[in-house]
Formats: sequence, C-alpha cells, structure tokens
Amino acid sequence: MIKIENLHVEVDGNQILKGINLEVKAGETHAIMGPNGSGKSTLAQVIAGHEDYEVTQGKVEYLNKDLLEMDVDERACEGVFLAFQYPVELPGVNNTYFLKSALNAQRKYRGEKEIDAMEFMDLISDKIKLLNLKDSLLKRPVNEGFSGGEKKRNEIFQMAILEPKLALLDETDSGLDIDALRIVARGVNTMRKKENAIIIVTHYQRLLNYIVPDFVHVLVDGKIISSGDKNLALELEEKGYDRIIKEAKA
Amino acid sequence: MNQESETEMLKEYAEQEYKYGFVTDIESETLPPGLNTKVIEFISKKKGEPKWLTEWRLKAYKIWLKMDEPHWANVDYPPIDYQGISYYSAPKNASEGPQSLDEVDPELIKTYNKLGIPLEEQEILAGVAVDAVFDSMSVATTFKKRLAEKGVIFCSISEAVKEHPELIKKYMGSVVPQSDNFFAALNSAVFTDGSFCYIPPGTKCPMELSTYFRINEPNTGQFERTLIVAEKGAYVSYLEGCTAPKRDENQLHAAVVELVALDDAEIKYSTVQNWYPGDKEGKGGIYNFVTKRGACRGKSSKITWTQVETGSAITWKYPSCILQGDNSKGEFYSVALSALKQQADTGTKMIHIGKNTKSTIISKGISADKGQNTYRGQVMIKKSATGARNYSQCDSLLIGDKCGAHTFPYLDVKNTKSHVEHEASTSKIGEDQIYYCKQRGISEEDAINLIVNGFCKEVFRELPMEFAVEAQRLLEVSLEGSVG
Repeated sequence: MIKIENLHVEVDGNQILKGINLEVKAGETHAIMGPNGSGKSTLAQVIAGHEDYEVTQGKVEYLNKDLLEMDVDERACEGVFLAFQYPVELPGVNNTYFLKSALNAQRKYRGEKEIDAMEFMDLISDKIKLLNLKDSLLKRPVNEGFSGGEKKRNEIFQMAILEPKLALLDETDSGLDIDALRIVARGVNTMRKKENAIIIVTHYQRLLNYIVPDFVHVLVDGKIISSGDKNLALELEEKGYDRIIKEAKA
Repeated sequence: MNQESETEMLKEYAEQEYKYGFVTDIESETLPPGLNTKVIEFISKKKGEPKWLTEWRLKAYKIWLKMDEPHWANVDYPPIDYQGISYYSAPKNASEGPQSLDEVDPELIKTYNKLGIPLEEQEILAGVAVDAVFDSMSVATTFKKRLAEKGVIFCSISEAVKEHPELIKKYMGSVVPQSDNFFAALNSAVFTDGSFCYIPPGTKCPMELSTYFRINEPNTGQFERTLIVAEKGAYVSYLEGCTAPKRDENQLHAAVVELVALDDAEIKYSTVQNWYPGDKEGKGGIYNFVTKRGACRGKSSKITWTQVETGSAITWKYPSCILQGDNSKGEFYSVALSALKQQADTGTKMIHIGKNTKSTIISKGISADKGQNTYRGQVMIKKSATGARNYSQCDSLLIGDKCGAHTFPYLDVKNTKSHVEHEASTSKIGEDQIYYCKQRGISEEDAINLIVNGFCKEVFRELPMEFAVEAQRLLEVSLEGSVG
C-alpha cells in the first residue's frame, strides 16, 4: 500500500527524519514507537502532506502513485486519513455538516454522486454508537468545546465515516482514560480489513494491548533502529527506550 | 498556506470582477452638479411637494452649511467635492410615475433582471413586495394591492408625501433630526426618494417587504430616505439590497433610515449591501455614509437590524436603537467584509432609556487583502434604565497579513442596576484549520468558505431565508478564486 524509501525531512532547516524505510501492505497494522522528539509525528504529518515539512531526499509510493506529488486534499481523497494528535477547532462549523462536506468531496473525487441525506443519517447514527459519542456532539461546531477525550473519539468517528484505505493515528491514545481507550480501540479494530492498512504512532505500549499490531518499529533520532512483532513493544515497555537504543547500537 | 500561495490567493481575490458593474442605457433627466437653495427648490418642485417640506429641506440645508464633515471614523479618503455632485437624476420616461410593471421602461426591467431580482417573478414566486429605487426615482412598487387590503401602506416616500402627508409630517425626522449629523443634514436637504412603510395597529405584514437601490448615472449621489412605522402590536420584516455600476469616480450614497416601533410592535430590518467596492488600487467605488436609526417608542417593542456589508469603497454606518419604551429590545447583527482597499467603519449604538430594556450586538468583521475593518459601538445606559441589559460580541477574522481589524467599544453606564457584557475576539483563518479540512478531503476554497460561513453563522441565521442564501453566496463569490 505504502512504500517509504530513504525519506529525509527538514523543518525550518532542522533535519528530523534521516532516512526512513518502511513498507506497509494492505491488511497490516504497524506501530511506530519512540521517545519524544524522535520524529514519529513528523512521519505521520509528511504522509498526510503538511506543508511545513520539507522532504529533502527519498520517495514515498502510495498505491503505485507518487504520494509526495499530491496535495493534501488529494491524498485524503485517495484514502489517506490522519487522526490528529491535536484536533483543530472550527468555530461555527457544524460537525455533521463538516463530515458530510468531507464525505461528499471524497465521493465526488471518486466519481460517485453525493450521499443521500437519509443514508447519511443512518451511517452517522451507526458509527456514533460505535464510538459511544453523544448525539449532541453532531450539532456542535467541530471540536469546539469538546473535552480532550471527545476530540480523540471524534477523530476516530470521522475515520469510521470516511473509511480510509490508510489510517494514520498520531498519538490517539494520549489523554484518554482506560474506558475511552477501549472505545477508541474498538472503533479502530472494526476498520481492520484486508484491504486497509493502519499506522499507529504512540509512546506507550498501552494502546497496543487493544489494537494488536502486526509489526512494531522503534524510531529514534529520525531513524528506525529496530523492527519486530508485537513482542518488541512489550520489550520496550519492560526495558525502556535507553536499553533498546543501546542494544541496537551494539 | 505558504507565503506564495497566500500571495497568489490575495492576488486573485483582488482581481475578481464586480459582476453588477453594468450601466443601463436609458434616457434620464439629470441636474448639473452643484448644490444651492435653487437646486433644493428644484427637487422639491419636481416632486410636487407641499411648502412645509420645501422649507424643511431648506432648513436642513442651512444646518448642513454650518456643519463639518465628520472625520472621527477610522477611514481615509480624499476630500469630497459636494459641488461636483449632481443631486437629481431620474429616468425620463418615469416622470409621471408608472402605474404598473407594464409601464416601466423595459431597459430598467432588464437591469433588475441582471441584478437577479426579476420583479414579475418575485411577485409570483417569492411573495416579496419590492420597491425599487433607481437613482432618484422609485420605479415600481409591487404587491401594493394585497398590502392595501391589510391596511399596510408601502410606497415611495414621494408618493407618501402626497398621499399620507400627516404620517410623513408626524414621523419624518422624528428619529433622525435634520441636525443629527453632517450626512443626515445633507440627506434631509436633497433626498430624492426612498420607501415608506406603515403597518396599522395589530397587523402582521403579510409578506416580507423589500427595496432594491441602484445608482446608475455617473457623478450622481443617491440620497434616499426610508421611513417605517409599526403601530401598536404590528410586525414587519423589511429587506434592502444595493448595487451600483463600476465607475472610476467615487459616488456618494448618503441615506437616512428611520424606524418607529410603538407598543408591542416589531420591526426587522435586513440589509445586503453590495455597492461597487472600487478596484484593487482603491479607485472608484461607493462612499456609503448612512444614518440608520430605530426608535423603540412603545413598551415591549423590538427592533432588529441585520446587515451583511460586502460592497462600498468606504462604509460609515451605525444602525442604532433608542430603547425608550420599558421592556423594549434592540438587536444588531452584522457581517462586514472588507477586501481590496475597502474600508469599513461600522457598528451600532444602543441607547437604553426605558426600564428593563435589552440589547444584543453581534458583529462579525472579515478583512482580506488590504481591507480595513473597524467595529465602533456604543452602549449607553441612562439613569432611568433600571434593569437594562446589554450583551455585545465583536469578532474579527483576518485573511492574509496586509489587512486590519479594529474594535472600538464605548460603554456609558449611568445606572448601577444594569448589566453590560462585552466580548471580543480576533482570529486569523488558521493554516491549521485549512490543513485540517483538506486532510478530510475538502478543497482549500471550500475550506475557506466553510470557515467563513461558520464565523458568520450567528448573523446569517437572523436573515430571512432567501436573503441568508444570497448573503452566503455573496461571501462565496467575494472569496471565489481566492486560492492559488
């Protein structure tokens, strides 16, 4: 699905990613773990297409297309979804209206006709139960006045509506209590299908108890220093980053 | 958005065409430029006015001569040559005044069609009674008959002077006196037409009333006067729309609007103003210097001003409410967009006199390109206004980094048993907001529209349905091609 080769990325002249190689196939779930400032979020943002991140070297192939050539909305319409670490507030923009605009923009891109209002309401009421969100959130402006947990659940709710091919979860677990974490995980797990892929960016192993990844990568100082299966996450939790880094260097 | 695309966006925004900039080719009778007592007497005579009104005008002229043009507003423009303006222009054929739409010059009808207000169609479809003011003459008033059945009077002010002199004499100048301000005095001296509306006691006006204003002739000023009187328990919703052709010279529009609401009456006054804003160099465009004021004279009366201001080179406008009657209410909802080199200094005044009077002010200023947007509002609570309450909210949205937003709230509270609240915010359309929308698949242009509409929502929902759609479209058109 996505193939990243020798990716180098700068922000304001500082090199953050220093040669990332990663391939994620359809049906797989990958977890990217690493200490603060290692470049995890940068990787997610670069895939989504944030303009502040400058790719200085390397390439990214997505569904056999050059991802780096596409604009942000084009990537979204091609099925790339980023669950934001800090979801943005849109004052006055009704949550339902926003979702419908997004869904219809993507349908239009795919040459499908706009979703019927009734059909859309059915879809929404279906997914909102899945995320255990209050109906009242639908009528409120996007993310405005939402609690931290509501914002994160709203991201996964949007994801459930938009049904992306490649979902990037940027520290979706931070700020969630254990119940919310379970709900979010349940939402994500229903998205795990053989035609979809998920990349989870996280500090902690905690989320991975609920969303069990197929692969785990440890990102340190802009490079993936170690890759393995779900046991690598457990090892990390036990030993801490320092020892893994030392072992990797040894 | 990076710097480059932002610049590109602003460039395209500035280059966007004003689509109402056509000129209508009809024969008209236009007075040579200049202002003196002779001109005023000519206008008065032309309109067949009674002597008291001629004298009323002359008195206003004398007051005006002694006044200075106000310069406290946060706008900047070269001096206006009041002798270089023609104070009377009217379509020639209409000098007799048309009796029905059939008698209206077909060229005029075409003009209105271009503006998107086909009178015939509106008659049938929208159920909106339109009084269309073209330069100085009121061209056609539709729906007169249906309104007459309810006792509602809706006609041009010239006609009202002839048909209902007692009402005009009683109310005209009672809210905005001739001496009120420089532009109001000028208007009182030279006003040429406008609308008059009277709703009898206990009557709910059966339809939305509406006026379209258009300035067609070059070098003319438009000085219309609108007077709306709602008797005890009456209700009316009134809409006003404005456009003008593209001209290199600036044109002056100095209107006066007076509203009077008696006991338990309610007046809703909505404006969508789209006068020609001038070009990107700031050349041409309308100077919109307007005095609008409503008097809540009766107890529990209510006046609501809703305005969407997207046009004009310069806007100087403060629709206000005098809350005289106990328990009366005043509301002001405003969206003002300043792009290109437009300057808007607009806001409201809420003057609380009666007990338990309430006022709400919601102002949304949008600045783009080199636009300068100023909110100026005054809330005055007089000693007598025990239990008065005011809530003000002024929000500014900036698009790009060459524009400006300014807020000047004045509070003057003389009664300790009153409550005044003011909130203000300034925000820039965030790159993060646009990025967030785009990441969900929404294009940059749609993202901006989505955010701007969200910002204006509290005001749009106060507009009558058709107008809300028009206002939204107007903003969209104004922001069209704003993405590089």
